[in-house]
Amino acid sequence: MPDISTVLSGIKLDNPIIPASGAFGFGQEFARLYDINVLGSFSFKGTTLERRFGNPTPRIAECREGMINSVGLANPGIEAVISEELPELKKIFHKPVIANISGFSIDEYKYCCEKVDKEDQVGIIEVNISCPNVHAGGMAFGTSPDAAAEVTAAVKSVTHKPVYMKLSPNVTDITAIAKACASAGADGISLINTLLGMRIDIKRGKPVVANKMGGFSGPAIFPVAVRMVYQVYEAVKLPIIGIGGISTAEDVIEMMMAGASAVEIGAANLTDPYVCPKIIEALPGLCEKLKIEKLTDIIGKAHN
Amino acid sequence: MIQLEEIMTILSNEKIAADVYKMELSGNTELVSMPGQFVNIKVPGFYLRRPISICDYEPGKLTIIYKLVGNGTDAMSKMQAGDELNMLMGLGNGFNTELSGEYPLLVGGGVGTPPIYGLAKRLVAQGKKVSVVLGFASKQDVFYQEKFSELNENTTGGSCKVYVATVDGSFGTKGFVTNCLDEIEEISHYYACGPIPMLKALIAKLDERQKDIPGQLSFEERMGCGFGACVGCSIDTKSGYKKVCKDGPVFMSSDIVI
Ligand SMILES: Cc1cc2nc3c(=O)[nH]c(=O)nc-3n(C[C@H](O)[C@H](O)[C@H](O)COP(=O)(O)OP(=O)(O)OC[C@H]3O[C@@H](n4cnc5c(N)ncnc54)[C@H](O)[C@@H]3O)c2cc1C
Ligand SMILES: Cc1cc2nc3c(=O)[nH]c(=O)nc-3n(C[C@H](O)[C@H](O)[C@H](O)COP(=O)(O)O)c2cc1C
Repeated sequence: MPDISTVLSGIKLDNPIIPASGAFGFGQEFARLYDINVLGSFSFKGTTLERRFGNPTPRIAECREGMINSVGLANPGIEAVISEELPELKKIFHKPVIANISGFSIDEYKYCCEKVDKEDQVGIIEVNISCPNVHAGGMAFGTSPDAAAEVTAAVKSVTHKPVYMKLSPNVTDITAIAKACASAGADGISLINTLLGMRIDIKRGKPVVANKMGGFSGPAIFPVAVRMVYQVYEAVKLPIIGIGGISTAEDVIEMMMAGASAVEIGAANLTDPYVCPKIIEALPGLCEKLKIEKLTDIIGKAHN
Repeated sequence: MIQLEEIMTILSNEKIAADVYKMELSGNTELVSMPGQFVNIKVPGFYLRRPISICDYEPGKLTIIYKLVGNGTDAMSKMQAGDELNMLMGLGNGFNTELSGEYPLLVGGGVGTPPIYGLAKRLVAQGKKVSVVLGFASKQDVFYQEKFSELNENTTGGSCKVYVATVDGSFGTKGFVTNCLDEIEEISHYYACGPIPMLKALIAKLDERQKDIPGQLSFEERMGCGFGACVGCSIDTKSGYKKVCKDGPVFMSSDIVI
């Protein structure tokens, strides 16, 4: 039986499959459908200081092999996440969870990280500096190396947990941002967040989503994600969580060969709620077929 | 653990009004518990699923009615008996039938009509005196008014009185659903599904008639998943932010700000 476990900053995962932030809520919806303890881990919904409704609706648009969302970080706010969501999650999920944090100022990022730092359930803090759906902050921190470094250093100063910076693909040189995060002390890199995209309803002659633009994700963006993971793997010596368009076990292998130690799966959970357990089940067979004994052996294989 | 995903087999797929199709499917319907719930359909060739209300269901059989409005529903309209469709079953809360009282008013506008049919069937079976008001643009758009009338033939003591309004007057009363309300003597509770302007007009008209008749409204919103994971379809209510797909699509009208 091939070994499909992997490691992120000393945390052992039974497998590399992690539902991505924003596609899995706080786990409850999926816990009704399957035992979510089969997952490697999961990244919970992007959490901010204040409770947020998010952007006006409609905020979903379909694309060929993908979708646009302009949800805009709708979440219950850090206090409610800690006092309500995490205790409920503890009852159903018995592995370290990834806390996805967003902010509109450096102080806000710091405050939220300080809070989740005290939660035993949280294994890794994933800092989203790449949300394309909010006007202030969000992606602004992820498109300048200096700002990305500043957020990284600030959150590192308030937590001992591993910090993974989640990068935006909406930049000219992803390696510059990754290097800035690395030198500011990041423990790992998560990439990619959504690509800024847009659809126009040709009957109305108006953008489909109320916020006009939104984050494009799904299978259509997979090649972009593979390319960026490949580039970042060469640029920094940090573990990478590969994200973007993954929907099959083959995609997982490809992403790991590009340099990812684990992967996150977003949009695919929305169209097939059972996609993660299906991939976890398919992985050992696929490894056998490809003569992979240990999944961690293939991390970055495409670089040799 | 719940198996939300069902492969249903199409029994029939026929046009019943201008651009409106009725599809009957066989397969497991155990997860459906309430009229007003919906299914989320994987149409081959399209990335996101299509949410469609359950019109009627029984063990092993499901009926939906959909309007051809874009590429996904166009592809559905071309499917044939024997073809299979993957769908997520029994989504959303559905209508609460316990609140209906003896004289429920049911209002459906256009393709807001299908879930109203399942509801009428359930309420008549409970012996309620149901009034149904349906609104359409024109005669060619009207569907299901005889199906509602047929509910009158029952042994439960329930009844179903049907009123139809068309905007151009080519069928039934000329005008909107609100033009039919004066004919209805008693209303203990109301249920409505249709476009927002219809819901607004209905609430205003009912308010004129008698303050505070309790009611339930079914909403539509573009959805990513349909089962509460992506928070794509939020709505602001008097009791906080809610998800249309999971906390709805039916909300108490007293809870809604429209
Ligand atoms: C809870 C619920 C119940 C519904 N019940 C019915 C029903 O019983 N009968 C019926 O005819 N229609 C119903 N609708 C509307 C139906 O979902 C859309 O008409 C359908 O998705 C259009 O798909 P399309 O590919 O033809 O259109 P396109 O415009 O090509 O679709 C593009 C995208 O937009 C979405 N979309 C477009 N219009 C709507 C809409 N009005 N609501 C939600 N998403 C939309 C589609 O799902 C798809 O993701 C319901 C919607 C909801 C949310
Ligand atoms: C509906 C939706 C909501 C999302 N919300 C968040 C979020 O709150 N925080 C975040 O870091 N990323 C968020 N993302 C981005 C995903 O985590 C992921 O990076 C991106 O969608 C690419 O992966 P995919 O192609 O598998 O969806 C969201 C994506 C979707 C589709």
